[in-house]
Amino acid sequence: MLTFVLRRLGQSALALFVMSVLVFAGVYAIGNPVDILISPQADQAEIAQTIARLGLDRPLWEQYWLFLKSALTGDLGVSYAASVPAITLILERMPATLELALTATVIAIVLGIPLGLLAGLKPESWAGRSIMAGSILGFSLPTFWVGLMLIMVFSVQLGWLPATGRGTTVEVYGIPLSFLTADGIRHLILPATNLALFQLSLLIRLTRAGTREALQQDYVRYARAKGVTEHNVVRVHVLRNILIPVVTVAGLELGSLIAFAIVTETIFAWPGMGKLLIDSINVLDRPVIVAYLLVIVCLFIVINLLVDLLYTALDPRVRLQGTR
Amino acid sequence: MSILKFQRILRRGAVLLCITPFFQAAITSAAELRIGLSGEVTSLDPHYLAAQPNLTVARHVFESLTDVDPQTRLIPGLAESWRVLDAKTWEFTLRRGVIFHDGTPLTAEDVAFSLQRPLSIKGSPGGFASYVRAIATTTVVDKRTLRIKTKYPYGALPEELNSILIVSKRAALKAGPEDFDSGRAMIGTGPYKFVNYRRGDRLVLERHDGWWGPRPAWERVTLRVVTSDPSRTAALLAGDLDAIEHVPSADIKNLKQNKKLRVMQTTSWRTILLHLDQYRAQPPGITDHTGKPLPHNPFLDLRVRKALSKAIHREAIAARVMEGLAVPAANIVSPGVFGHNTELKPEAYDPEGAKRLLAEAGYPKGFRVTLAGPNNRYINDEQVLQTVAQLLTRVGIVTRVEAAPMSAFIGRARNGDTAFSLLGWGSFAADLALRSLVATPTAEKGWGTWNWGHYSNLKVDALMEQAFASVDRPKREALAREANTLAMNDLAIIPLHHQVVSWAMRANLDYTPRTDEFTFAHHFTPH
Amino acid sequence: MKSAVALSPAREFTRGYARDRIAVVALWVLCALLLAAIAAPLITPQNPYDLAQLDILDSKLAPGAASTAGYTYWLGSDDQGRDMFSAILYGLRISLGVGVLSTVAALAIGLVIGLIAARGGGWVDALIMRVVDLQLSFPSILVALILLALAGQGVDKIIIALIVVQWAYYARTVRGAALVELRKEYVDAAVCAGYSSVRVLFRHVLPNVLPPLIVVATVQVAHAIALEATLSFLGLGMPITSPSLGLLIANGYVHLLSGKYWISFFPGIALLLTIVAINLVGDQLRDVLNPRLK
Repeated sequence: MLTFVLRRLGQSALALFVMSVLVFAGVYAIGNPVDILISPQADQAEIAQTIARLGLDRPLWEQYWLFLKSALTGDLGVSYAASVPAITLILERMPATLELALTATVIAIVLGIPLGLLAGLKPESWAGRSIMAGSILGFSLPTFWVGLMLIMVFSVQLGWLPATGRGTTVEVYGIPLSFLTADGIRHLILPATNLALFQLSLLIRLTRAGTREALQQDYVRYARAKGVTEHNVVRVHVLRNILIPVVTVAGLELGSLIAFAIVTETIFAWPGMGKLLIDSINVLDRPVIVAYLLVIVCLFIVINLLVDLLYTALDPRVRLQGTR
Repeated sequence: MSILKFQRILRRGAVLLCITPFFQAAITSAAELRIGLSGEVTSLDPHYLAAQPNLTVARHVFESLTDVDPQTRLIPGLAESWRVLDAKTWEFTLRRGVIFHDGTPLTAEDVAFSLQRPLSIKGSPGGFASYVRAIATTTVVDKRTLRIKTKYPYGALPEELNSILIVSKRAALKAGPEDFDSGRAMIGTGPYKFVNYRRGDRLVLERHDGWWGPRPAWERVTLRVVTSDPSRTAALLAGDLDAIEHVPSADIKNLKQNKKLRVMQTTSWRTILLHLDQYRAQPPGITDHTGKPLPHNPFLDLRVRKALSKAIHREAIAARVMEGLAVPAANIVSPGVFGHNTELKPEAYDPEGAKRLLAEAGYPKGFRVTLAGPNNRYINDEQVLQTVAQLLTRVGIVTRVEAAPMSAFIGRARNGDTAFSLLGWGSFAADLALRSLVATPTAEKGWGTWNWGHYSNLKVDALMEQAFASVDRPKREALAREANTLAMNDLAIIPLHHQVVSWAMRANLDYTPRTDEFTFAHHFTPH
Repeated sequence: MKSAVALSPAREFTRGYARDRIAVVALWVLCALLLAAIAAPLITPQNPYDLAQLDILDSKLAPGAASTAGYTYWLGSDDQGRDMFSAILYGLRISLGVGVLSTVAALAIGLVIGLIAARGGGWVDALIMRVVDLQLSFPSILVALILLALAGQGVDKIIIALIVVQWAYYARTVRGAALVELRKEYVDAAVCAGYSSVRVLFRHVLPNVLPPLIVVATVQVAHAIALEATLSFLGLGMPITSPSLGLLIANGYVHLLSGKYWISFFPGIALLLTIVAINLVGDQLRDVLNPRLK
């Protein structure tokens, strides 16, 4: 087990290295931040000086080498647009995104599993069919469209919830959290729902499929024959067996939610990491883009590691390294 | 937990959610103003990055020596007057009784420090050094007098000084951008004081009672950034914001008809224009209908340029594509701006005339071009590109559109990868605009940095030289106007339209719309 | 009550599928949409991608208005003067094409790589899975922007971007499923019988791994189309002059609050109809093909 974790961490270091090279090269291919951010008033001399001062005129491999040297000491560079260390910018915005992603996951699980269960237990019923139809909507409507619809209905027309922004925060160990205030929760509902939709649909369908399969299994038939109540059949036998794949998927999707809540954060003006990424991409703020993606790679690696460990613990058929 | 119990909890929760809003109505006191801004603020340091969103928020807390009125005319700011001692020496006299937010008075020392500071900021991709590059020395004569010597006679000095905000020397002496973001160095002379800042979200300010100007109406101001256009409009409609800037064109009509809201508009300084490659024999993207490059560059012929201009239906673009947010242009700067020539009229839509000119120039069947431009920078830029392409195709110039986000487009355009591109330019002086867009590219002088077409007209260059050297303002304006007219008649660039800038607010608010597109809380008044 | 006569697998499949009437309707709708998309140039009054046929003065007309060229804008016109009906059909071609092509290609690539990872084990598996991790962390937006900057706009670039973004998901899923299959006795039997690894993988493991994948793929087609719409919304998708359904919706998005609903609404309905049809068909396919539900 220990060797497995260590080996995985070693491979991850390689992945981080490759990611940083890819992003560096990619951003270089797109263009130059000075072109975008330079004052319209600047003359050729100033443009050349600015490019030189930021080291952007050096060959790509040299720029990367400088980056690597400071990265190994923990310095991931300073944002061009804000003159603040890239890591500081990311960490500043992380609580907001985590809040949003976790709330979205909670919504998806709390609504998804019961609804999927219902659809699986009564597939031909009116409720079952409409749940399935609704779940299709969840991943076929583009996020930006649903977001604006939610704002239009709940904010503009009904006036129940605020349209954009994050609510009042309360500091817990120095981290500003907004779900601890009533105002914060009101601001959290719409964006979290928007973000949760895809995962919600996925969970409903997975749960339904798993339920239908489980109900056909012998152990359910025996349980019924034994006289166990339907309620307990569902709760004890069906639910436990379908939870494994469901939770695995939910865990894996959490990574995507955290990394790519970009569109939701833009529509709802939520000050999170996703918005930071898109803003940085728009001005080619390379230090922030690189730092962000390295953080995300780490995140995915950790999540995948935990999921793999969880999987082996729960399903004895799968061995850790998948070797024969 | 059973499904039934779960459903019960769901129902109860839904009811709770519905009741809560009634207990928490939009609690905003009459003296508070919440404004929705459209651009991302990257830093509160007024000398770090010359970006409009940064300057918008900075100008609530800081001010500059010279100010600009809503029609872009230069007016006194922190300097109540200035005079020219000789061709290279200017003397600025500061206003009396101006105090910083920490109670200390403004002195010429602070001004001298602030004019120096931009040069000391090293890591910025877009600093303010260019605005002070003409300055040779700054001498503090006394507490209220400052003498500036320029390296060469430079009539545009007061305009350039408008962009340098004055900070408190005591507070900003060793300050970097982080000190401004945290508020420590945010000591200015402006109408509002820093309260707190949540990056990417909002800046909260409160009134500076010691401000020298007319008392602002708002005790507390919240500047919130909502970059998505429809979301910003929705937030205004929902009552989350009291005013927004840059109303999306699609919503203008609706908001104007809404009795609870008011829309204020004016012609913006931003002029949308087309650059044409006028220096290469075979520019990229220009071919005949079979795809072969043409023997000569068609854009070098004035008749072809005029044909292109005639083929564009500016009124239709303004009415249909821009939904009224554009004014057809004939000048390189907007109406009311220094050097604008009211005699120049926008080219009338004349597709037949265009075809005739093309035939005369030797292109009876037209040719093919690629039109490049950004798709996320100007109002409806992508749609404007497509409409221009459509209109040109009708007269035989089959146009392909290449629209990309600004980040990808601008590098290519600067490198000369495009022969025909769209650009927007805002300036409050025609000679400054011409210097960047139309002057013969000369690296030593710093001219023509944005002259992507490499247009070169020595007569225009000469007029610009004279204009800059004139410290006599009316003389400078006449020269600037002449240079503008000459360049426009020669179609150095093809002007499309001047954008119209708009603000939407609650009906009980009023705002004097500004040509320079700035949104200032202290200029909002109760109606 | 099973028939005493054994039916051929094809007949059994059709019977099983036809059991659900809604799925049959969905199949008909899907076929109709496909046909309409393919026949678009023949049945639409206007080619919305030909700039010479557009007239800016005809923009934003309500459904039912007449055009200057003589035909009626049955579903209205958008802000460039495109007939919505024509634009929807042409856009459907692109959206469907992009969605299906990218999904099929990503599926094929992910399938092969996932199988190799599962069979290879050891460092091959580890290397592939790390690349998969990397790929999953790379935002589609950045991929699209890089491709755009390097190669310009176009349908082919979008498809490549979507393939690059999606293959890793299939690879991971296939690897997981294949790992389970490879433990089963029939694989041991095949190996004992002397079949080569490649043959075992592709003739024996693949058919068992494929059915659940097909179902995932139908969901992913919808997802790919929605992803293309989001990229278009951010300006990284199809060129403005030849819009897909996604770009039409993104374009009309700004008009939603202003009452010109038809610019976004009708393409949205078309997209919804397509995706719902694809998924109902996919759902029924899964139920029919799943041995555990018989």
